[in-house]
Order: sequence, then C-alpha cells, then structure tokens
Amino acid sequence: MADINSYTINFGPQHPAAHGVLRLVLEMDGETVVRADPHVGLLHRATEKLAESKPFNQTIGYMDRLDYMSMMCNEHAYVRAIENLLGIEPPLRAQYIRTMFDEVTRLANHLLWIGACGLDLGAMTLFLYAFRERESIFDVWEATTGARMHASYYRPGGVYRDLPERMPVHKESPWTKGKDLKRKNEWREGSVLDFIEAFIKDFPSKVDDYETLLTNNRIWKQRNVGIGVVSPERALQLGFSGPMLRGSGVEWDLRKKNPYAMYPEMDFDIPVGVNGDCYDRYLVRVEEMRQSARIIQQCVDWLKANPGHVMSKNFKVIPPTREEMKDDMEALIHHFKLFTEGYCVPEGETYAAVEAPKGEFGCYLVSDGANKPFRAHFRAPGFAHLSSMDEMAKGHMLADVVAIISTMDIVFGEVDR
Amino acid sequence: MPMGTPALAAALKARLGEDIKLSSPPGQLLTLEVAPAHWVETARILRDDSSLAFEQMTDLCGLDYLGYGRDEWETDDATREGFSRGIDSLGPGRFRWRELPESESAEQRFAVVVHLLSFRHNWRLRLRVFAEDEGFPMVPSLVEIWNSANWYEREAFDLLGIVFEGHPDLRRILTDYGFTGHPFRKDFPLIGNVTVRYDEEKRRVVYEPVEIEPRVLVPRVIRDDSRYKADDIDQAAEEAADRDAASTE
Repeated sequence: MADINSYTINFGPQHPAAHGVLRLVLEMDGETVVRADPHVGLLHRATEKLAESKPFNQTIGYMDRLDYMSMMCNEHAYVRAIENLLGIEPPLRAQYIRTMFDEVTRLANHLLWIGACGLDLGAMTLFLYAFRERESIFDVWEATTGARMHASYYRPGGVYRDLPERMPVHKESPWTKGKDLKRKNEWREGSVLDFIEAFIKDFPSKVDDYETLLTNNRIWKQRNVGIGVVSPERALQLGFSGPMLRGSGVEWDLRKKNPYAMYPEMDFDIPVGVNGDCYDRYLVRVEEMRQSARIIQQCVDWLKANPGHVMSKNFKVIPPTREEMKDDMEALIHHFKLFTEGYCVPEGETYAAVEAPKGEFGCYLVSDGANKPFRAHFRAPGFAHLSSMDEMAKGHMLADVVAIISTMDIVFGEVDR
Repeated sequence: MPMGTPALAAALKARLGEDIKLSSPPGQLLTLEVAPAHWVETARILRDDSSLAFEQMTDLCGLDYLGYGRDEWETDDATREGFSRGIDSLGPGRFRWRELPESESAEQRFAVVVHLLSFRHNWRLRLRVFAEDEGFPMVPSLVEIWNSANWYEREAFDLLGIVFEGHPDLRRILTDYGFTGHPFRKDFPLIGNVTVRYDEEKRRVVYEPVEIEPRVLVPRVIRDDSRYKADDIDQAAEEAADRDAASTE
C-alpha cells in the first residue's frame, strides 16, 4: 500500500461547525493543517448590485439580511451614510433609541455566538441558556418593530416609530397557566422600556451563569487557550476589527475612538485581551455583554425621562404622518413623491462605519445625485477575519479549526453579501 | 466621520508634495487620487511614514463609472411623457443581455477605492486609482503592503474584472464555480444571463438562458429642482427643527 502523507479534506459547506455555508478545503498532514483555503460566496446575493437598482430607503431591509445576527447595527451604518450625504440629523430621542438597540443587538449577537461556540466545542447546555435570553430580545424587537429578526427599523432621519407603551403579555393556554403564566408575564406589566430594564437588571447574573459553565472549565481552556494566536501587528495587517482586534490586545473601539449616535454620553469600558488566542477573544466578548448591559441601562433611564420625537420633520426626506397628510396639501405632495420616487441624494461619496458586534461594519456610498445609489459597498468585518483563516489555522490540529472558526464569529450573510 | 482633516492634509502634502490630487468635500473624508504608476509606492509611504502611519487597510472596492450621472427620465423641463414611461428606458442594470448601453467617457471607467485607517493618529483616508485601459483594467496589487487586500482584491477582480498585477492568488471568490462575466459592471444586466434548475430527466443541474424580463418599478431620476438646492435644504432643515421643537413641547 502506498504511503500517503498529505491529503485534502472538504470541511463543509454542510457541516454543523461551519457556521453556515463555509466550504473549507483543508490540506492535511496527518491531523495537522498544512493549508486552509476557504471557499466563500455560496450565499452571495449581490446585495450591492440590488442596492443600485432601488431607491435608497428600499435597501434598508437588505441590511438586516447581511449580518443576520446583528441586524440593527448594519442598518445603522447604512442609514448614517445616507444622513452624511443628505446632511440631516435625527432627533436626540432617535439617537438614544439607536444606541440602545445597537447594544441590544450586540447582546443578541454575542448570545448566539456564545451558544454556538459552546456547542461547537462540546458545551451543549449553554446553547439552551443563551437562546432563552435571546428570546426576550426577540420579544422586544417584535413589540417595537413588528418583526422578530429583520427589523427594518432605522430610517434616515430617525427610527420608524417610538417604543410602544405596552409590552405584549402571554395569554393563558392549556400549556401556560396559573403560576407558569404569572412567571412568564412578570416583566411584562409595563412598557417595552420597563421590560428591557427588567431584562437588563437580571442579565449580568445570567452572564455569571455562562461564565460558571465555561471560563474555568478545564475542557474549555484546553480547547481555547493558545489556539489561533494573532499578534497585534498581524491583526492590523490582516484588517481585523472588533473583538478580534481587541482580543489581540489593540485597544480600539469605534464607539470610543470615533463616536457616533449617543456613545460620547455613555459610560462604559472597553475590554482588551492579552494573548490574542481564542480564549482571550471569548473573554473579550463576555465582558462586552456586561458593558452593553451598562449602556442599555443608561439609555433606558434617559428615554424614560425624555419623551419626544423619534423622526425628523424634514419632509424632503421623511414622509409626513397620516394626520398631517390629511390636512396639509404640501404634506400630501411630499408623501406622494417620497413613495413613488424616493428622495434624491446630493452628488458625493461617503464612508460611515459603526462598531457592529463582529467589528467595523462600514458602508461606502457613492451618489451621482439620483434617487438610487450609484454604488454601495459594504465593509463586512467577517470578510477580513475569514481571509486570515489560512494563517490562523496553519499548524493546528483539525479540531482546532472548529475553535478558530467559532471565535471568529463568522456569519455568511455578511461575508458573501 | 472626518477626523483630523486639516492636520492630515498638511501631513500628506509635507510628505508627498504640494501637487497631489487631494479633495476634501466639507464633512467628508479626504480623498487622495493616485496614478497607477505611483500606487504601490504611495501606499508604502502612507504605511511606513510615522507622520502618516496608516497601519490598516479597512476596505477596498472596485467601481465602474459607466453611466455616472445618467438618469432614465427627463425631469429638467415639462414633459409629455408620464412618470410610468420612465420604466421603458435603457438605464444601467435594467436592460436585457446583449443590449448593452454604450460607454460615454471611456478612459476613466474603472476605479479602485481604498479606505485606510491610522490607529496611531485616528485618521482615515480614502485613496482612488483609475485603471488606464477600459478593455483590460489593471492596477498594481497592494497585498504586500497590507495583507488584508488579498481577499478584497479578489472580490474586485471577481465582481468588476479589475486585474491586480502582482496578486499572489487572483481567483474568483464570490461568484459560482465556472461563472462567466463580471456581475457588478454596469453593463451586466441585473437579472443575470443564466438560470439554474434541476432537470428531472437529465438528473442533474442545468444552466439555461434567463427567461424573466427586466422589470423596474421606480425609474432612476436626478432631481435638480429647488428642493435640492443647498440653501433650500438648509432652510428645510431649519423648519424641520422648528417643527420638532414645537411638537416636543
């Protein structure tokens, strides 16, 4: 029999640990990875080309479907790019709502990540706990925007509507009644803000639970410590951002360094790793969840005290309300023009970036003065992270590849666009 | 998000010379236009010079300027054509395969745009290079300056057909295996040119010419009327602010 030293295996595109549709062609020497060649694009939908064929506002919904784990942050980048070109500012309350929902999104993203990452590395229990908390977040989104995941909530000039006064309650059914029903509806007596506040007060204790399961767990450490080490210099060269960059010890967060929305007013800390391995990236993300909870609490306090408008009244861009339409001819005309044709954006180009849960999500928008973008390009953090796969996986064992993919926090909606 | 724009402009001029093509629209990023011949050399200076220190290339993308500033429906004057007729014209992205619109200004069609970030100075800069030849657009590769350019350049090659000279591994990245054409070019139809389906008889996936018709609901228009004059926008913004204030009280 011939002596085979090196062989190639196909990891994915249908593999539970490939986080979607990653096809990873691995050249192996025994159990050791010699070369990793990720094949992406299986989820390519040409979002950027579609954006060129639609009025500006109609692309907001596509943003949710890029990184479908951090919907609102993507919308935020796109909406900010349009606002930059138009030169409009959303009202203060809308800015606070955006800040709050960006952080809620971060929680939702990190919860999915911690669950899926645990599952990949053999910690089954955590997945169920993380999804229990995520469910509350989806309930908030459903109550506020009408959609559980793909919200389409941000608009140039504000957000689509104000936070509702009432949080929907669970109804009695043969499966939930009596004490059960009472427990489920405990936080739902008041408004959506009350619900978020109750959730956030409770949330740090939930993070403690996750940490009890993982942080000092021997198996968890064996799988993560010293795996996929990236030095700060390499992290910069490879285009890393977000927790991947901070895990390597570079203190960089757009919320602090290049603040947008209401982040300058917020009091929070940026966790930074030391070793740049999978374990540090895990620790950074866990701490980010605690910091997000702090930011959300500050936003809730402000929003409770300051009612007001959530949408600018600039009728050149923002449609008037139904009431205004009915007694103002001008408003009716504006409404008609906005919904048949959209608004024209002045000629120019802009780049707007936000600190999305996965890193810097940027939107490069070129307008030639028309009612549709001339070119839209989205800078997805996952794309840059995944391109370093070969460098990070080289020399590691096959099982470590799973740990590396997991802590990269890859979502193919944004990698493939 | 312009950060340190005047200081950055001064640093760039001090290092690269006074006659660089630098544009800075108010409130936007500084944009430096570079000739293909100086592309790599300029990039190296931007990365290595400590007064600039652009350690990271955050983004790179290709652009196709074919049909820039062209609309599909006349709006400057009174017209006998209704709004609905706007959907019949042959604007970018809505024609059928082989009905390509002709190129107007041929020499500067393809460009590559790069966004740089300096962590040391908290600066951002946009670079642009125009490919010289429209038929075979070629630009030197930046992979050895910033390694993150690797996949971004593959993407620009795949979607726009811009060739990066010196790239170590210039393969398609996002489109299907065996794909022909470059889908983000403005003369590539939005509906594509082939459809894929599973054929019961042949028991395999087959490619066929696309059957659907291009359909656009909203024509592309460029409005230049009073609503979009700078003064009027400011005035509208002021009025909006008044209304906001009034409704908050």
